[in-house]
Amino acid sequence: MNGNLWFPEPIHWTAPRTLVALVVLAALALLPAITGMLGSDYYVSFGTRVLIYALAAVGLNFILGFGGMVSLGHAMYVMLGAYAVAIPASHGVTSGWTHLAIAAATAAVLAAGVGAVALRTSGIAFIMITLAFAQMLYFGAVGLKDYGGDDGLTVAERSVAGLYDLSNPTTLYYVALVTLVLTLYLSWRTVLSPFGLVLRATKANARRATALGHPVFRYQLTAYVVSAVICAVAGVLLANLTKFASPSYGAWTLSGELIVIVILGGIGTVFGPVVGAIILLALEELLPSLVEIAMPDYKANWMLLLGLFIFVVALALKRGVFGSLRAGRGDSR
Amino acid sequence: MSALVTRSLVKRFGGVLATDHVSLTVEPGEIHAIIGPNGAGKSTLIGQLAGEIASDEGQVLMFDQDVTAVRTHQRAQLGLARTYQVTQLAKEFTALDNVLLAVNARQRHNFRFWRNAHDDATAMTKATAALVTVGLGAMHHATVGTMAHGEQRQLEIAMALATEPKLLLLDEPLAGMSQGESTAIIALLQSLRGRYPMLLVEHDMEAVFALADRVSVLVYGRIIATDTPAGIRNNAEVRAAYLGETV
Repeated sequence: MNGNLWFPEPIHWTAPRTLVALVVLAALALLPAITGMLGSDYYVSFGTRVLIYALAAVGLNFILGFGGMVSLGHAMYVMLGAYAVAIPASHGVTSGWTHLAIAAATAAVLAAGVGAVALRTSGIAFIMITLAFAQMLYFGAVGLKDYGGDDGLTVAERSVAGLYDLSNPTTLYYVALVTLVLTLYLSWRTVLSPFGLVLRATKANARRATALGHPVFRYQLTAYVVSAVICAVAGVLLANLTKFASPSYGAWTLSGELIVIVILGGIGTVFGPVVGAIILLALEELLPSLVEIAMPDYKANWMLLLGLFIFVVALALKRGVFGSLRAGRGDSR
Repeated sequence: MSALVTRSLVKRFGGVLATDHVSLTVEPGEIHAIIGPNGAGKSTLIGQLAGEIASDEGQVLMFDQDVTAVRTHQRAQLGLARTYQVTQLAKEFTALDNVLLAVNARQRHNFRFWRNAHDDATAMTKATAALVTVGLGAMHHATVGTMAHGEQRQLEIAMALATEPKLLLLDEPLAGMSQGESTAIIALLQSLRGRYPMLLVEHDMEAVFALADRVSVLVYGRIIATDTPAGIRNNAEVRAAYLGETV
């Protein structure tokens, strides 16, 4: 209850959620050092991918988990962020800050437009409208013949941002990690702030929030734009990781994957999407080889096992893996 | 200056006149009750007054200001607060957060992102006071979903009061309450008499006759009589249409 300079709410250090979050963050912080000892760069780039997906999922969770807005089009902002790197880079602009500014600005403008239309509706209609816009943008990218069209666009050089040259995989990893942690912190503060209270109320009971005098639409639109910008930042990092941007980054299947990550980890918890991203990407990475060892004939069917896992989690843990852990008293995050 | 005036208010659903040229007033400090059989259009009328249902004809005035075209949240900002017949609460919030949400609605906007909403001492004091007023002083940290029905009904009223309204619309505040709970709420409304003008929709005749300064009888969307409680009791048309011989 008391104002605290660093944390928006008292932390229950012994609560399972706190412990898990701390262990995961510590593991993420040490990952490059550990893999460095193993002498393999591969897991650093895999780890970066996990962080980027986690970042995008945190962005989506901001509206999905706290605002109750089911967007099936958030991959379009990831794609936008990726092209905000690839297209300027193809013209020789390699400044990471420029890429970031373009990504954030275009995503904000696009999201304000899409949100203003989609938020006139709710439920299934909202899902369909966000999907429709994402599909339009997807085919728009396919039509960019000067920038690779369907084949996508290779990024010759990774972005340079001030002191940081993202061409170093470890640097890129830590940039992604710091971005993720910063976003988590801001989203934690926001969720508990007066703005967050109204946003959560729009999910819990929009009718009541309106009747009390809250202009619900403004809160939803603001949250939607913020969420889109976070996904665009993830896209900037993704293009730097893969040195590539393509329409496939905006495919609706990626939008769906982000929703699965959020639900798997724990919808409406600040840290849940990170856990969800780790679990989903680790399984996608490990299951094919495990199945190949155990049942070589069924190598191509590993997705079945993944589906089964998601099914079990959805059935047994209604609030997701992280969300089902006990939080401290009065601590709903 | 009346707190609330409607002039010939109309709402049609298809061919049905749900609200049939309703004209009524709520004077400052007055408790004006609306009674009527099920399906008379009471909740529709409340919805029109709150702005949730758009009226087809007629006017709504709050304190001489025409609010017919004013949207729901703006009417609330002008001082109108309502409760719902079927509780409309943020179920996964605590009782305190529900009331805090109402307190914060008094501010024009809540685009504050940094500090915990619970760190606003002024708002927290007001929220706590509203809970105490309705008798939920011990329920601060209870999650609404776990609260008893009667307690949720009390919270409905606390939220309306926490917006510091100038006019209250109460849609069946006693619905589903036990005798004891009803008595407590009637006493609470009695204690609020004079502080807020109230439009009270209620089925509980005992409560209506105890609380109301004036009573209007709504039948098939039309007001057939407006009078003092005693006058309504003795009105032949009302007895025939609604009260029967039970009163």
